[in-house]
Amino acid sequence: MFRYIIKRILMMIPVLIAVSFVVYFLMDLAPGDIISSMAPQDATEAELEMMREQWGLNGPLIERYFRYLGDLLTGDMGMSPSLRRPVAEVFIERLPATLQLALAATVVALIISVPLGIAAATHHRSFLDGISMVLAMIGVSMPAFWLGLLLIMWFSPLGLPSGGSGTPLHLVLPALALGAGQAGTLTRITRSSMLDVIRQDYLRTARAKGVSEKQVIRKHALKNALIPIITVFGSTLGNLLGGAVAIETVFSWPGIGRLTVNAVNQRDTTLATGCIIMFTVLLTVTMLLVDIAYAYVDPRIKAQYSK
Amino acid sequence: MSELTNTSSDLVLDIENLAVRFETDDGIVRAVNGLDLQIRKGRALGLVGETGAGKTTTALSILRLVPKPPGVVQCDKLELNGRDILTMQTKELEKVRGKEVSMIFQDPMTALNPVFTVGDQIAESIHLHENVSMTEAQKMAIDMLELVGIPGERAGDYPHQFSGGMKQRVVIAIALACHPQLLIADEPTTALDVTIQAQVLDLMKSLRQKYQTSLIMITHDLGIVAEICDEVAVMYAGNIVEMGTLEDVFNHTRHPYTEGLFNSLPNVNDRKAKLKPVPGLMPDPTDLPEGCPFYPRCQYADEKCKLPQKKTYVSDTHFIRCCAYDRPGFHIEREEKS
Amino acid sequence: MSNPAFTSADLRAYKKRSLSQEVWRNYKKSPSAMIGLVIIIAIVIAAIVSQFVFNYDTDIVQQDIMNRFQPPLTEGHLLGTDQYGRDELTRVLYGAKYSLAVGIVSVAISCLFGCTMGLIAGYYGGVVENIILRFCEVFMGIPSVLLGVAIMTAFGQSLAVLMLAVGLVYVPMFARTARAAVLPVREEEYIEAAKVSGVGDLKIIFSHVLPNSLSPIIVQVTMGVANGILSASFLSFLGLGVPVPAPEWGAMLSSAREYIRDYGYLCTFPGIAIMVTVLSFNLMGDGLRDALDPKLKQ
Repeated sequence: MFRYIIKRILMMIPVLIAVSFVVYFLMDLAPGDIISSMAPQDATEAELEMMREQWGLNGPLIERYFRYLGDLLTGDMGMSPSLRRPVAEVFIERLPATLQLALAATVVALIISVPLGIAAATHHRSFLDGISMVLAMIGVSMPAFWLGLLLIMWFSPLGLPSGGSGTPLHLVLPALALGAGQAGTLTRITRSSMLDVIRQDYLRTARAKGVSEKQVIRKHALKNALIPIITVFGSTLGNLLGGAVAIETVFSWPGIGRLTVNAVNQRDTTLATGCIIMFTVLLTVTMLLVDIAYAYVDPRIKAQYSK
Repeated sequence: MSELTNTSSDLVLDIENLAVRFETDDGIVRAVNGLDLQIRKGRALGLVGETGAGKTTTALSILRLVPKPPGVVQCDKLELNGRDILTMQTKELEKVRGKEVSMIFQDPMTALNPVFTVGDQIAESIHLHENVSMTEAQKMAIDMLELVGIPGERAGDYPHQFSGGMKQRVVIAIALACHPQLLIADEPTTALDVTIQAQVLDLMKSLRQKYQTSLIMITHDLGIVAEICDEVAVMYAGNIVEMGTLEDVFNHTRHPYTEGLFNSLPNVNDRKAKLKPVPGLMPDPTDLPEGCPFYPRCQYADEKCKLPQKKTYVSDTHFIRCCAYDRPGFHIEREEKS
Repeated sequence: MSNPAFTSADLRAYKKRSLSQEVWRNYKKSPSAMIGLVIIIAIVIAAIVSQFVFNYDTDIVQQDIMNRFQPPLTEGHLLGTDQYGRDELTRVLYGAKYSLAVGIVSVAISCLFGCTMGLIAGYYGGVVENIILRFCEVFMGIPSVLLGVAIMTAFGQSLAVLMLAVGLVYVPMFARTARAAVLPVREEEYIEAAKVSGVGDLKIIFSHVLPNSLSPIIVQVTMGVANGILSASFLSFLGLGVPVPAPEWGAMLSSAREYIRDYGYLCTFPGIAIMVTVLSFNLMGDGLRDALDPKLKQ
């Protein structure tokens, strides 16, 4: 298991280098650059060149990139010209807000989706099943940023904060807006994997043992249904992080999503590349955690890892 | 049926006029139709018939495990140890399942929950029914495993680490963990290799003797019946067409369908002899004939067979549902052995 | 035991049908899938008709300051007017073309590149497969929204770039779907047979491999349109997609955002339009998946 984790982490390195390459080059293609917008109007070409050198942005693209990559590989993510601060420092400062948002959204999604999906499956083809499937489908199809706008429209007159962060109350609307889509996906998968498990023989064995219906569903069925649920949960995490970018914009949430979008808009290549790399790291690490969670649910997978 | 039993208190299971139907989109499937069944303490009954005859459905009805919907169960009487199962509260029923009656399912590959250790799965049953702590139950589960011939240290293993025969031993251990009065075994050896089959049967036989458990052995293998059972009931299209002691049914066969079953067995003494299969197929359970369900396949059928068939007693312990014996001098081709 | 696998009715119903007939027959059975299809057809018609009925310069973008913020159900303005006095209903209807165009063209792009890569990876295996899979891994590691933002920034804002950006973002997903679909087909004997009889690789891929891996790709295409519309609307919302004053739904939401407290309806209708469109494609995707693989249907 430990060796597997190490292997996965080592495999991340080439992916990250490739990501840095792609993003750095894309950013360079964009019209305009950060230095000319930072410099005073009347700056001479020589002054601009000096500033570029100061921020490590001088020389041809290839040279600049490899200088950046060299620093990156030694753990230095560089200085952001637009914020005049080290990228790593800014990122770490902003990260908790995004993690908080993502976590809260996930909790919202799980609290809604798992009980709803189970209820839909155990009452297959009932009214409850129908209505929860309609809701789930709407959740999946609704743009997160629009739901955010709707929530602001409905609830900010009632006194719920619609922007900024700080108190737990500030978290309510963004977490709902971000969690709804994930809740939709997870309700659908919970229902379908429960429907699958419910027909299995081992549930009949459990019932024949005298296990109560509640326990049959909660203990015997759910643990088996969790396996596909975890898979889909893992694949929604990418969407969740993407959605966080949208929600942070709508709710002026001071997280890394908004930081990245701003960095791209300001052509701050160093900050943007650094942020996107860190997003990729975040995504890959959560995926890895999901895979580990797998092993704890399914003994067959655990056995594979230990080989 | 009082002829079969000494006193009614001696009965472990008493079913009268059981009917089970499945209301599906394609029509109503009549799986069991007016079945009567009694089992006395410590006796073993073989429930024989082809696939689709309603054997498993009958067994599931006893545990009230027929899926509903689409299943609908009706009967005049369904008593286990003198207590009515059909009107029992769910809580009460959960105490009966696994404790007074338990079941071994056909396919050991799918009968065990893949995400729990086998020890936990046995212990769960003990913990539910016996007044012991979980740790205590786990210890008892290990004893149970050893009893069915699996080393106790494998209690922490998961089902996927066991072979089919081992899994069926685990299933048997679960079923017998709380020493039920009645054990229902639904084709417990069908999914196993022939060599393993004998081992599992021996195991069941010895455990049954040890705990004085009554047994319903569901099978289509007449050899297993001969080896284990005291009584035999032959099922066809949802009802028992012939029932009696092993001796009655095997050596004084009366029903044409039972005759067909025996004739389709390979003869050990004459291996070159051609098998005689029963011609035709079981009737469509959504569209059963009104009279004897076997008459379209029966070589002795006449007009009277198209009318509903009554139970006819051949002896105190032996009955059939066949009107052919109303005809003077009627006999089937299978010769009597005694 | 009491569930007969085959009833005589099944056998009677068995007739030889072509795949598309069979799929359509299964598809029709699902009411939700049919609702999805009907709505999609309605949206497509609305998008086409509004191009001819409305004049872009006078009906869509021309400002009418006297008539700003007319509430919905005002005479002549069923959905009211926006901050420049433009009719909201007209703009929402006209805007359908952007979302449909981006959704469909971007999926065409991602399907073309993705499937080609996936087919090649799945068919040849080995080093080629490895390279393509690693490539996908890189692009899937970046959250798709951020990749979209970067591409839009690099190539400038326009409808064409938006299509390209959304399309490129979903290439890896198609590549993986196509590869996964080809893998089981690759081992089939008729592929072996075709190879032995000297048929060229390209011909094998197009006449044998592709048709037999089509089902998951078709489903992915439908779902891809839904995802594409969602992504495009968000990029426009960020101001990176179709530039104003074009009535792209995401862009409309973006400009309505500052009036959210007083004129909430402006933030409502374009969003409903996005949701209904995406919902219909999702319903259709669900229906197609069930119709293409009846075994999976519950």
